[in-house]
Amino acid sequence: MRKGVGGCACLLILAATIGRADGQTRPVIVASKPFGESYLLAEMFAQLLEARGFQVDRRPGLGATEIAFNALRTSAIDVYPEYTGTGLLAILGEQPSSDPRAVYQQVSREFRRRYNVRWLPPLGFQNTYAIAVRRATAEQLKLANLSDLASTGPKLRAGLTADFIGRPDGLPGLEKAYGIRFRSVRALLPAVKYQALAAGEIDIIDGYSTDGFIARYDLVILKDDRSFFPPYEAAALLSPRMSREEAAVGALSELSGLLTEPVMRRLNQRVEVDGIPVARVAAAQLQSLGLTGAPSASHGQQTSRAGSGTLAYLWDERQTILRLTLRHILLVGVSLLGAIVVALPLGLLLERGRGAAESVIRGVGILQTLPSIALLAFMIPLLGIGVVPALVALFLYSLYPILRNTYSGVRDAAPAAVSAASALGMTPRQVLRYVRLPLAAPVIMAGIRTAAVINVGTATLAAFIGAGGLGDPIAAGLALSDTRMILSGALPAALLALLVDGLLGVCERAVTAQS
Amino acid sequence: MAAVLAAKHVSKRYGSIVALQDLSVQIQRAQCVVLIGESGSGKSTLLRSFNRLVVPDAGQVLIDGVNAAELDAIELRRKVGYVPQDGGLLPHWSVQRNVEMVPWLRGMANRADLATRALTLVGLEPSLFRERRPGELSGGQRQRVAVARALAAEPNVILLDEPFGALDAITRADLQIAFANIRGQLKITTLLVTHDLNEAFLLADRIVVMREGKVEQDAAPHELRDAPATDYVRRLLVRAQGVARA
Repeated sequence: MRKGVGGCACLLILAATIGRADGQTRPVIVASKPFGESYLLAEMFAQLLEARGFQVDRRPGLGATEIAFNALRTSAIDVYPEYTGTGLLAILGEQPSSDPRAVYQQVSREFRRRYNVRWLPPLGFQNTYAIAVRRATAEQLKLANLSDLASTGPKLRAGLTADFIGRPDGLPGLEKAYGIRFRSVRALLPAVKYQALAAGEIDIIDGYSTDGFIARYDLVILKDDRSFFPPYEAAALLSPRMSREEAAVGALSELSGLLTEPVMRRLNQRVEVDGIPVARVAAAQLQSLGLTGAPSASHGQQTSRAGSGTLAYLWDERQTILRLTLRHILLVGVSLLGAIVVALPLGLLLERGRGAAESVIRGVGILQTLPSIALLAFMIPLLGIGVVPALVALFLYSLYPILRNTYSGVRDAAPAAVSAASALGMTPRQVLRYVRLPLAAPVIMAGIRTAAVINVGTATLAAFIGAGGLGDPIAAGLALSDTRMILSGALPAALLALLVDGLLGVCERAVTAQS
Repeated sequence: MAAVLAAKHVSKRYGSIVALQDLSVQIQRAQCVVLIGESGSGKSTLLRSFNRLVVPDAGQVLIDGVNAAELDAIELRRKVGYVPQDGGLLPHWSVQRNVEMVPWLRGMANRADLATRALTLVGLEPSLFRERRPGELSGGQRQRVAVARALAAEPNVILLDEPFGALDAITRADLQIAFANIRGQLKITTLLVTHDLNEAFLLADRIVVMREGKVEQDAAPHELRDAPATDYVRRLLVRAQGVARA
């Protein structure tokens, strides 16, 4: 027991050290949300800052608005690209307005007042929601405006991002403003939406007006003829900490007003359709705007998507994959160890005082039912972003299987042997050590094994709060519709899960043979 | 002669169920007393009060004249042999380790010798059986190991709770005869619970018939047979003869 407490303390210190290494004398932390344009803008911010002599730490692909903004508000990150309309409706919860100037001034004022967060002047383009259909659908049903959907909506199957389905400036508002009812609504990831539409699985999607895919798939954007969608001007959003760094603010402001909508659509197309690495597209654009010199060698080396096959790509990326795998193992290993150190003694303790056991275990079980993203988002105000909140979340998810199996295993261990052992003079402690625990060991090991495999999978979500690991290329690949990038995270993660399962299976058999 | 085990006006209830009612009984040194009765007659409750697995609500349980309530329960249990119906062997321990358990708990140095002796006593060749796990034994062999485990530390008293009840008829008869032989060699004070009157006649110096938490008759086997004290005992005898004839 005492050993357990010691181990627990060690883990906490380790976790705190990792956290501190991230936090002290820190560079400017540039983040993005998990879609292509956000990656690209963040990369441009990062390269521009680097060109002006700042140290930069990149945390691309943070969960969604909720996670990215919470991280910014608490200065866990310093800057990420945001859209004024999103700020107005999704963050401030205000009524929509159609005047871009008014919206920018309103969010500027309110963000400073409420959160001490600063909007830099807009970058120069709007990226509003674009409700899109296949050209054939538009012609067949004579669709041009959103108001046409009032009559044809019931014939159409919609595939929308979960974000859009939920937010007031998304589907609920759209339905009300235009009186639309779709035949069906499915939540789809941005990455698969366009393919699903092109394949005819769905008939109508929510895109972004600057998406590169709209041109590629020859889609028709329905006109927002009642001006339902507010203006979504892109701009850099700065944390309270960053707002005071005038030199950095000055560097980032150089980009304001320089990116027009046609430019942005072309850049997005290069990333999302042509598969050119984000860093290269960003470097070339900064250079052509005259903001930086010639792109550095590291940005030029990567090849475009057309250049090589998946295996060659994985081979090229082997060092990155190895680094991410090690980070993944760290996340899984530390959180799992912590869970074992806590759940095992707790399970034994609960077995002693059975009255409270079921309620405690059920309480821990409820943690399991929380969606991982929600739990991660909830942690940001408490623990910031990065490794520490990810470890805590993974730790919490690992508790239940270990706790449940320890408790049940020890409680149900060979009742005849247990009662005979105490009838012949074993103390309760001896009964636990020599009878209950060895007999429960295979069940406890099975619980640890379950927790470990779940943990390997869940740890990929840690990418959404900037903790790294194999989720990084998965999140980026999904955002950029880059299958090879997704595979470079998903394949090692799957192999790791199999490996962990196999190794612990061997341990389980060894323990079973012994007991 | 002072009683080794005695219960004086002992009562015990489990909620609304009365297990023992103002019951008194004495067991002399080296005697084998068999408690017999139907399920719920309180016979197991009485047996288990002698190693403090059961604490009576009222009355006294005496071990060598000392009130059991004043003894350390763990110490007491290590000094009293105990065989439960299901054997209760530790499935993850070898036969040897199971049999050595009580000597080990008592810190006895010669526990390997004691285990060898106990295994031989119950008719299991130590070299053949000591390395086996309980799962590799037949039901009868497991009960023999359970008896060996109870005897290994050479206790003065052994308690057996329907020790042969779960075995088939032939194996049960084998073990009853084997146990009678062991008793002949050791002269150990024995309290045995059974619902089989023929087992009682084979093993008992005295039979205590129990019913609804009270003693119905307490007598030597021949007295019981010749002069049943109540109709209940008479019916029990008739039923047992029927079983014996069949």
